[in-house]
Amino acid sequence: MSTAQQSSGPPAPVPGIASALVWGFGQLINRQAGKAAFFFAFFAALIGWEMGTGNYYAGMEFTPRSNGGFFVRGLWGLFTLGTQPRQMTVTGLTEGDNSIVLMANGLISLLTLALLAIVWIWSIRDAHSYRRRLNAGAAPETSRAYFRRIWDGAFAYIVLSPGLILIVFMSVLPVLFGILVAFTDYNRDNLPPKNLVHWVGFENFATIFAVPSWTATFIGVLGWTFVWAIIATATTYAAGFLQAVLLANKKVRFPRVWRSVFLLPWAVPGIVSALVFRSMFNGQFGPVSQWLVDMGITDERVYWFTDPSHPNLARAVALLVNLWLGFPFFMALVGGVLTNIPDSYYEAARMDGAGPLQQLRHITLPVVHKTVAPLLILAFVSNFNNFGVIYFLTQGGPDNADYRFAGSTDLLITWLFNLTLDNRLYNIGAVMSMLIFVIVGTISVVNLNRSKAIREL
Amino acid sequence: MSTQQAPTADPARRARDARRRRHTAPRGERIAAAFLHLELLVVAVIVVFPLMWIVGASFSPGTGLANASPIPADATVEHYVSLFTETDYGRWYLNSLYVATLNMIGSVVLSALCGYVFSRIRFRGRKAGLLGILILQMFPTFLTAIAVYMLFLNFGLLDSLTGLALVSIAAALPYNTWLMKGYTDELPASLDEAAAIDGASRWTVFVKIILPLMRPMLTFVAITQFTMPWMDFILPALLLQSPEKQTVALGLFAMIEDVYQNAFTTFAAGAVILAVPITILYIVLQRYLVTGASAGAEKG
Repeated sequence: MSTAQQSSGPPAPVPGIASALVWGFGQLINRQAGKAAFFFAFFAALIGWEMGTGNYYAGMEFTPRSNGGFFVRGLWGLFTLGTQPRQMTVTGLTEGDNSIVLMANGLISLLTLALLAIVWIWSIRDAHSYRRRLNAGAAPETSRAYFRRIWDGAFAYIVLSPGLILIVFMSVLPVLFGILVAFTDYNRDNLPPKNLVHWVGFENFATIFAVPSWTATFIGVLGWTFVWAIIATATTYAAGFLQAVLLANKKVRFPRVWRSVFLLPWAVPGIVSALVFRSMFNGQFGPVSQWLVDMGITDERVYWFTDPSHPNLARAVALLVNLWLGFPFFMALVGGVLTNIPDSYYEAARMDGAGPLQQLRHITLPVVHKTVAPLLILAFVSNFNNFGVIYFLTQGGPDNADYRFAGSTDLLITWLFNLTLDNRLYNIGAVMSMLIFVIVGTISVVNLNRSKAIREL
Repeated sequence: MSTQQAPTADPARRARDARRRRHTAPRGERIAAAFLHLELLVVAVIVVFPLMWIVGASFSPGTGLANASPIPADATVEHYVSLFTETDYGRWYLNSLYVATLNMIGSVVLSALCGYVFSRIRFRGRKAGLLGILILQMFPTFLTAIAVYMLFLNFGLLDSLTGLALVSIAAALPYNTWLMKGYTDELPASLDEAAAIDGASRWTVFVKIILPLMRPMLTFVAITQFTMPWMDFILPALLLQSPEKQTVALGLFAMIEDVYQNAFTTFAAGAVILAVPITILYIVLQRYLVTGASAGAEKG
């Protein structure tokens, strides 16, 4: 039986190549009709979709713009971003190409093609390897047995598929789209459908690093973002640590009550607290300025977030407000670690004659730090992208005449928000997003390499 | 720092005696305790004052920022009444509640499923999938938000609360999956194996055995994903446009922006109504929340 097959069957690459040309044809050569039908169905769907959505007439001149179906027109749109601008003619305004819609559709067709390509490669490899095994003397397997075998191993894929589809269309697609926009001239001067958008290569990156006003803004905002993230993380951690250690002291009466009070800033929604502080520090009507004047500490009202001559005042107040918002989380965290340190550590230290400060320094601090260190990196990253505090508190103010579309307290993320939403500089905004990703990604990767998560993959 | 010990333990007593010998004056201890409580009191005042001020403002007569005081002399509830009669606050609240509920259910179901699969099943593409999730998790939401806005515009999904919920679920899914996977990793595999030997299918193992054990992490994801839409600003600001589709966060921000001087007390009332339920939820469930957050860090 097997020898007969060995002599009658073609060499292994033949069905492989056949399947590469017409999906499933190789399986038909291998006499597996079920499998052949399965793969051919994808092939037919691809061709049918393209034919059905396009205008394919015999004997007509073919252009992707007017004749192409979902895939051909999609890919054409992705490469050219449209060729016909909207024009005024005698019959009125003609329908021009909308570059952004073309780009989105092109991406969707590209992603669909990529998914179909997996099926295509699967069919080629299956046809090739099945024939090779057959030629080597293996027993033939029916299509039905093959699919049952596959099905049993497919539980993981079936369960993952809803999440995967959601992520592909709501996360991966937008991320790819955002990356593509960074290489176009899509901004307020060039908005579809009125104008066409073009590919411009690395021009936007060059703008940020070569045009002095942009470079100055970028360097300035980046520097402040780092200073902000470092100080914000350090102060909240230090204050949270201190408060947790004090609360753990056995002399404290009603520790649970104190703890719940201190947790309030963490429990109150951040947007509410930030807006409350914004009102309290309102220069004209806010109570803090009023109080300072009433007490005779300042002669006139202090414009905390709007006085361009005191950018550092606004920065300091923002950091203080962030301290108010951020210390309770670290307090709760450190408090949890403290309860897990065995009392015997301290007893042993006391017997060796260590005072309270020495115990703090040589027992509490190292143990807490070991547990909390990974969280510090996370806290740094979230402070780096702390949109809420800055946007709601200062809205980036006070104005900075040297900056482009940024104020003295603007972080990269709030600057990005202003660039895209208020000023509609989508392309520059996309470049900024990528730069933020590179910075945050580098920090995260360094952190990950040290953690056990990556080794456990 | 703990200075008093359980009286029974012998070494503890010795340690205490040692302390007594060094700090003979109990007066010193009392002063230390007084300073300790003084510090706690100062911090408590700093923590509570802004919150008291906003609560007071919401009951203060008058409308402007200058009228607000922490303890209003003649308190009034008129701002709470006008919040529901003169603004769309009730509408915003229901919108937020809808997004929050959908976001919570979707996130819990999807992340539990994905976390279980990534933790327990070795399949082809698993490692690539986990790495992909890690990378996606690092992207600032903002990079995707603008693109999502453009895509929704294209597909007519803009101004839809369901669309907003779907984007929120997808944005948080990588991190939540990672949390669930990490938590499931810690559960003993022998449980699954025993059930599998008894003939239980993978689905049965998941529903009957793993899911009940995942409850702490399910609670954590449920709370965080339920509260997140109430405070989220960037995504709703981009995706929702018509006045009847606003969420509470958007509405409150618009209030304080537009009518800054003449409706501050109404804003205060709205802020209090938004903050009180979430604050109570956080304080009551603080243990779950802190544990969950630190678990996330340990897993990267």
